[in-house]
Amino acid sequence: MSASIGTEVMGDEKIDRIIDKHRGKPGSLIHALMEIQHEHRWLPKEVLRRVAEALAVPFSRVMQIATMYKTFSLTPRGRHEVHVCTGMSCHLRGAAEVLETVERVTGIKPGETDAESRFSLERGSCLGTCSLGPEIVVDGKHHGRMTPAKAEDVLKRYR
Amino acid sequence: MMPRLNSAAQLEELRAGILAGRDPAKPCIAVCAGAGCHGLESGAVVSAFEAEVGKLGLGDKLEVRATGCHGFCEKGPNVVVSPGEICYFEVKPEDVPDIVARTLKGEVLERLVYAHPVTGERAVHMGEVPFYKHQTRLLIGDNPKIDPTRIGDYIALGGYAALSKALFQMSPEQVLDEVKRANLRGRGGGGFPAGLKWETAKNAPGEDKYVIVNAHEGEPGAFMDRALFTGNPHKVIEGLIIGAYAIGAQRGFIYTRHDSPQLVEHIETALAQAEEHGLLGENILGTGFDFRVEVHFDVGIFVSGESSALMRSIEGNPPEPRPKYIRTSVAGIWDKPSNLNNVETWANVPQIISRGAEWYAGIGTERSKGTKLISLSGNVVNSGVVEVPMGTPLRTILYDIGGGVPGGKAPKAVHFGGPMGGSIPEHLIDTPLDFDGMAELGAPIGAGGMLVMDEATDMVDVARYLLEFLTNESCGKCVPCREGMRQMLKILTNITKGKGKTSDIGKLEDLSDVTGLACLCALGKTASDPLRGTLRYFKNEYEAKIATGNEAAGSEAR
Repeated sequence: MSASIGTEVMGDEKIDRIIDKHRGKPGSLIHALMEIQHEHRWLPKEVLRRVAEALAVPFSRVMQIATMYKTFSLTPRGRHEVHVCTGMSCHLRGAAEVLETVERVTGIKPGETDAESRFSLERGSCLGTCSLGPEIVVDGKHHGRMTPAKAEDVLKRYR
Repeated sequence: MMPRLNSAAQLEELRAGILAGRDPAKPCIAVCAGAGCHGLESGAVVSAFEAEVGKLGLGDKLEVRATGCHGFCEKGPNVVVSPGEICYFEVKPEDVPDIVARTLKGEVLERLVYAHPVTGERAVHMGEVPFYKHQTRLLIGDNPKIDPTRIGDYIALGGYAALSKALFQMSPEQVLDEVKRANLRGRGGGGFPAGLKWETAKNAPGEDKYVIVNAHEGEPGAFMDRALFTGNPHKVIEGLIIGAYAIGAQRGFIYTRHDSPQLVEHIETALAQAEEHGLLGENILGTGFDFRVEVHFDVGIFVSGESSALMRSIEGNPPEPRPKYIRTSVAGIWDKPSNLNNVETWANVPQIISRGAEWYAGIGTERSKGTKLISLSGNVVNSGVVEVPMGTPLRTILYDIGGGVPGGKAPKAVHFGGPMGGSIPEHLIDTPLDFDGMAELGAPIGAGGMLVMDEATDMVDVARYLLEFLTNESCGKCVPCREGMRQMLKILTNITKGKGKTSDIGKLEDLSDVTGLACLCALGKTASDPLRGTLRYFKNEYEAKIATGNEAAGSEAR
């Protein structure tokens, strides 16, 4: 096999360990996928096939779960994960304008990753910190009380 | 390692030991590390306190504690100094040396205490701060007194005494009866009596039974369950164990969000500590009662908070709801009797057992008992987590606690119940907080997210926004939900863009009738409730938009 992303992933010991931990336990499918997503930040097809085999779950079921839940990504992610909260409270406080700005600055829509793999953008509903709304979260760090201009400044800090 | 507790007496000995080792006069600085304050860099404030205490060698003179949410998120990072519950707001790391110096002298640092934004009136102690003054904080009030990663803090406040009482002094039937007489109603949205649900699961045939904490909290604008569970995990776990004892369950599940790392960490730490102490696991407190709890995660879909969908998810299956004629209390996870309640409902159980059903039923209205946690947000001066007795007028929450609408604007409505809820117009603001009364107005309490909308809010856009949210969250199983919502959204979007037609309102009403009747779960059934609600109270806004659209279309035609 050539040195594709797939082979690199196949060699990843952490993923092997996660799969081994859940081997033979079909009920652990969501747990296994979640841990791999957490570790690797996306779910390559080869890995999903190995999960199906190890947990003794049909591949179609694995795909059903992997495509249903929004957290799972079937494509590689950018270096920085940007979440714009579009929950109701943030919406009332101007989240739509913030999202527009973030889309313009990053050049991508929610669910996408840019060509340089700098940003992946998601619109998350209610991140539980409504008093900071509207807010964006970059790589887990909250940036509260955003305006379009402030959001633009925040994104500049992530290369 | 802590030796296992094997009797009620040993638990009381442990509690006495913890209390004896504490000097109530020794100042304790509680820094809020809840979600809101965390987002405002409260972590740096905690580090600054620890560094200052280390630098001055104050370890035995001053305690610093990182706690769960205090409630007043708007003014975070929050710091509360005991004794005296002196509240400091918007604390920055550079304020820390001043706070420490004043605290050691028994003085108050005036520049960081609350000042009313209009009158400038100051409030030093928690009981004087308007945001807190009008609340009854039975559930969330312990948060500033607890380091959520230390079971000892919970035990010091009387924790697990209710479990001990239930196990040693009451039969499972008596526990059930107490909860029924307290008329505890489910806090997750439905308001269904918890005792009746417990009873159904208890009486259902079969040996294997399960109890579940629904900590999914997917309702946008609701963040109080996370605040309570992250800040005081043992309170919820104690309630769950008591429920398991009453129902006869051997296994418990906590279903929560994967995207709140601190919540997950605190739950897992609490479970481990409870087990270590013999309060969970095999032979709890030496009574022979066995009960285990495992944690499961939602990975990002709103409908998995629906009870039957949630149970499918715990099994490792796709979270698709089932028809309601199959009751999960009888056939839930793996078709075993499964009793599900949300975080706040479980958290109410220990106090009902400790203080009794009569005490509990003395709080609230005739049919809605106890206090209710509210996530107050939107166009409001003081956003945060609020706890008030049932029956409190919405006006009190909006004005006395919430401080009204920012910028001197008038409110247009308050919205309850999240995306399937409804909005109460300003002229009904004296409505009391109550399961039934508010549902009649088309704005059920839901989980307790209260969103304030100011006079500039476009109500048609609110309906469109909520429907868009639900359209994206539909699992797609029921056609009327999947397709009907999409069509409603299309029509609503057209209206908001000024392309509405006069016939649209009738069409929306038809579509909402069908989805309301023909969907399996609450998501589809009540998806159009905000639409109906806004049509009920704000029809003029729809008509105005459609009229504008007609005019524009007319001028184009000309």
